[in-house]
Amino acid sequence: MYRQARIYIKTAFIQLAISVILGAILLTNTGLTINPYLSLLVPVYYHLLMAGWATQLIGGVALWMFPPLSRERPRGDERFGWVAYAALNGGLLLRAVAEPLHAIRPQLWTSWALVISAILQAGAIWLLVMALWPRVKGRTEVGRS
Amino acid sequence: MPRASIFLIRTALLNLALGALIGGLLLADKGLHRWGWLWALRPGHVYIMLLGWTVQFACGVAIWILPRRDAEGGRGAMWPVWVLYGTLNSSVLLATLYAPCLGWFGAERIVWMLPLAALLAVTGIGAFLGHAWRRVRPFGVMTTKRNA
Repeated sequence: MYRQARIYIKTAFIQLAISVILGAILLTNTGLTINPYLSLLVPVYYHLLMAGWATQLIGGVALWMFPPLSRERPRGDERFGWVAYAALNGGLLLRAVAEPLHAIRPQLWTSWALVISAILQAGAIWLLVMALWPRVKGRTEVGRS
Repeated sequence: MPRASIFLIRTALLNLALGALIGGLLLADKGLHRWGWLWALRPGHVYIMLLGWTVQFACGVAIWILPRRDAEGGRGAMWPVWVLYGTLNSSVLLATLYAPCLGWFGAERIVWMLPLAALLAVTGIGAFLGHAWRRVRPFGVMTTKRNA
């Protein structure tokens, strides 16, 4: 397994651990109502789990296992993968901070933090799709690339 | 990678890109409050990401990578996979368009959309299981056409 795939997969594991802890806190809060503001973290929880864990793990495994693009450049342009990695995790982190704060007390900086987080996350996904797209192909196409 | 997996995985990637675009616009609107009408697409965002992306991608990879059915390297009948492809994507389309259509046509005229989307999704997954179930076995345990 090459370095980029390892970093994707290990970061996905970390996001899984964070999401499960957050999910446990939210579940406990639903039963015991420790702090009503905690429920504002529900969208963050879903996105850490689905984007930070599931999509990032799938991306890492796909980057590792999908058919090579060509003999010379088996993984294509790895920069797509690195920028996607930074944007996805940066966007999720920004969202985790700004979304609950914006729900409690909307301010100009939290509004723009949400916009930047949206651009980072959506841009990351598009870059990941661009990195994976040419590698979704049959065995016979390898020699031609 | 078989042709059916290429279709499933590439369509899953398109769903991922579309779902991320809708999700990004929704998140941006939380900050900007400019496009209230976009929130009709929120249930669609969830459905696209769960079924259109995650489930479709997993099925596409499974069809590619699960052990072959026989010593000749065959994967078995592929028509159930195409049924999965057609029904799953129709289901995602119907479920995504339901909430925006509510405003245009009214609930009475589109009451059929979500039950049909549900039926299509169940049919698709049933077809997938019909194809994949017998391919889940230890590597090396293969049958030839003679003793299959």
